Amino acid sequence: MSSFWERLLGRRNQTGSRNVAKERLQLVLVTDRSDLPPETIQRMKDEIIAVISKYVPIAHDKVEINLEQRQRDNWLVADIPLVRAIQSGSVSLTDSTTADDA
Amino acid sequence: MMQPMGRSASNRVITITSGKGGVGKTTVTANLSAALARLGRRVACIDADIGLRNLDLILGVENRIVNDIVDVVEGRCQLQQALIRHKAYPELYVLPAAQKRDKTAVSPAQMVRIADDLRAQFDFVLIDSPAGIERGFKNAVAPADEVLIVTNPEVSAVRDADRIIGMIELLEKRPPSRLIINRVKAEMVRRGEMLSADDVTDILSIQLIGVVPEDETVLIAGNRGMPEANSRSGQAFNEIARRLLGENVPYTHSNPSQGFFKRLTRLFSGSGARQGSVFDE
Ligand SMILES: Nc1ncnc2c1ncn2[C@@H]1O[C@H](COP(=O)(O)OP(=O)(O)OP(=O)(O)O)[C@@H](O)[C@H]1O
Ligand SMILES: [Mg+2]
Repeated sequence: MSSFWERLLGRRNQTGSRNVAKERLQLVLVTDRSDLPPETIQRMKDEIIAVISKYVPIAHDKVEINLEQRQRDNWLVADIPLVRAIQSGSVSLTDSTTADDA
Repeated sequence: MMQPMGRSASNRVITITSGKGGVGKTTVTANLSAALARLGRRVACIDADIGLRNLDLILGVENRIVNDIVDVVEGRCQLQQALIRHKAYPELYVLPAAQKRDKTAVSPAQMVRIADDLRAQFDFVLIDSPAGIERGFKNAVAPADEVLIVTNPEVSAVRDADRIIGMIELLEKRPPSRLIINRVKAEMVRRGEMLSADDVTDILSIQLIGVVPEDETVLIAGNRGMPEANSRSGQAFNEIARRLLGENVPYTHSNPSQGFFKRLTRLFSGSGARQGSVFDE
């Protein structure tokens, strides 16, 4: 029954080997193209986070560092939200950097 | 007889290569050569698979070989004396590989010289590359103005194709590469058990030029030594030939994944993004 409709609509069989193949290929090609095995990428990410943390507090739970494929190029894309420093004493409505500039 | 036609800037040397072996390079070279000849183009095809020659057999000229590419390189004959004219396609010539030598018998520079000579006389020079990334591959791609990468919708063939595309991007000449996906089984794609042409094109991120279905005619034509124009695969090769000539040929016949229902589901799911983020936490 449902397979009739799936076939009619050409719906993807989500568990079929086609999707598994696609996912596995995308993963292995990240390594092949960058020459970076997954463990190395993880280590690099940890180190990047550690270095930045030395200078400025970061929101660890929202950090995203990914190796992305854009066409045939690898891009290391990082989103690293900083925790805004709350100065003791004054809670200013203006950004602290503007205040410093003045 | 062969008349030197005066070098035309539009004459092209196209290398057919793959990475993984056995995916259909020789099949593509033979059938595409025939398809271009049917379209009235003068075609020379070179078998660069020295030591494992096959193009002669698939094109049915194996009994007329007198000289081969190594004889040309080593000065035992003129280039013209090694070219074999196809019986059914008078505008199609084959330069056979040597059978009893290895890949080192020809250098990339010698290959460039031969291809340049042929480019001056033919609209298309197609080079059938051996599998792998060694000397034979380097010989085959050295003179290429363009490269056609052949792959099958199968994980290991796609991975090896990616490696070869990467290597071609590193060549000094940087010839543009386009993709031929061979041996697609529409029914398996529909069942979700085979990568579709779109999947493979997405993964490899290079331009597609043709999709060739799995077709037993390929084997039968090989048995006979005569390319078959009127089969489903033959039609796909005709389409590739027309795309090579710059025609905008839609993919309707040979690529079932491009059908109406695919587009419909795409519309609903909004998929089609190319870039994949792989290391989300
Ligand atoms: N579209 C197709 N349908 C069915 N069979 C095919 C198709 N394309 C190729 N084949 C078969 O696959 C086999 C390998 O093809 P072919 O010799 O062209 O590959 P190749 O890439 O040149 O191999 P090699 O790397 O050894 O040079 C042959 O037996 C051929 O008949
Ligand atoms: Mg071959």
